[in-house]
Amino acid sequence: MVSRIRRLLTGLMLLAAGLLAHAAEIQVAVAANFTAPMQKIAAEFARDTGHKAQLAFGATGKFYAQIRNGAPFELLLAADEATPARLEQEGATVPGSRFTYAIGRLVLWSPQAGLVDERGEVLKRGGFNHLAVASPKTAPYGAAALAVLQRLGLAETLAGKLVTGENIAQTYQFVASGNAELGFVALSQVWADDRLAGGSAWRVPAELHEPLRQDAVILAAGRDKPAARALADYLRGAKAQAIIKSYGYEL
Amino acid sequence: MSAADFAAIRLTLELAAVTTAILLVVGTPLAWWLARTHSRLKGVIGAVVALPLVLPPTVIGFYLLVALGPHGPVGQLTQALGLGVLPFTFAGLVVGSVVYSLPFVVQPLQQAFEAIGERPLEVAATLRAGALDTFFSVVVPLARPGFVTAAVLGFAHTVGEFGVVLMIGGNIPDKTRVVSVQIYDHVEAFEYAEAHWLSAGMLVFSFLVLFALYSRKRGVTR
Repeated sequence: MVSRIRRLLTGLMLLAAGLLAHAAEIQVAVAANFTAPMQKIAAEFARDTGHKAQLAFGATGKFYAQIRNGAPFELLLAADEATPARLEQEGATVPGSRFTYAIGRLVLWSPQAGLVDERGEVLKRGGFNHLAVASPKTAPYGAAALAVLQRLGLAETLAGKLVTGENIAQTYQFVASGNAELGFVALSQVWADDRLAGGSAWRVPAELHEPLRQDAVILAAGRDKPAARALADYLRGAKAQAIIKSYGYEL
Repeated sequence: MSAADFAAIRLTLELAAVTTAILLVVGTPLAWWLARTHSRLKGVIGAVVALPLVLPPTVIGFYLLVALGPHGPVGQLTQALGLGVLPFTFAGLVVGSVVYSLPFVVQPLQQAFEAIGERPLEVAATLRAGALDTFFSVVVPLARPGFVTAAVLGFAHTVGEFGVVLMIGGNIPDKTRVVSVQIYDHVEAFEYAEAHWLSAGMLVFSFLVLFALYSRKRGVTR
């Protein structure tokens, strides 16, 4: 009996060791706007390499605080270029591993068909109670949305109608649930397979705000993990880039 | 601390005060019924009241957002009544906080009512006191420690609310941006000094409230 248990345990240990040797697990912090494409990319990555990417989605500012306080993330896909640069300056990354993986597009979106016109005139016309944006203090898409309102000279008139999501995913949820009639979200959230998934939208011209350059960086915890490097390379590969573009990102 | 921080503190205190007042009004008859009833519904209602103790605030916040929203049952009702929809308003936060802090008010009251027992009520009845008279002249004075505990816990728990507010608040200054959300914003924006001020304030406040409560309780039992 005892020897049987021992044999079983040895077998399990060998199995575990074998799995570890081949398929590594990588902890990845992913900006909320990149949720959908990253899930697809991670699935393809697992199929092609056997490595498993554990994805955590959220606001970039929160990830920064967590990483600075010892979070075990090995790769960061930020929603901006400032946060990875800052982490690099502070010595929390693998030097020279920073790169732009996508350039985001902002969209004014409503689940109601016909509410948002193709030039965003609805913002001047009014007829809505709440306009959702992401927190401009912490989310780059929120800062971009406010920049657009300022450029259009609507920042003051619409200030009373703004509701702020903690990150772009929550902002989308406010709009999708109908609690806010429309909102500035990431194109990737309402765009799939090269077209609008539903509702009505205004694709905000890129020149109305600073480019939403999204950078990735390998973090100090991923220094000795080839799998982290492999995923970073994979993101720059043709397969991942096709997925990224199909969600409306530019490269 | 900035003006925005003080605005958040004022809003939080307002929210907690309004919520506690409503909970005492709604919670008292509910707790009384739970304490006295032999109905088969007692278990069900008791469990529903206690749900916020164990449910994550995200669940409460998510269902409130859906239920209060324009397509939800409560949202349809409030719209039909001409009240609009509740998410992103102070009234919406009050509704959320009442749900979220309900057990913290009802349970101490229920325990206090149960502790009174039958005897004082029977005495009051032999003295021909009416039901309301009995309640206000006998039950309320006897259950006074329960009322204090209920009010303090309801208030403090609402001050410490975060998840529900985050889900249905929309982070609007002076309307839905309470202290806990303001702290979260500060942390995310790397404003650690401001976050420390508010966080330390919360810590001290919560400790003092609980300290006062538990010191008082010991005095009573002795």
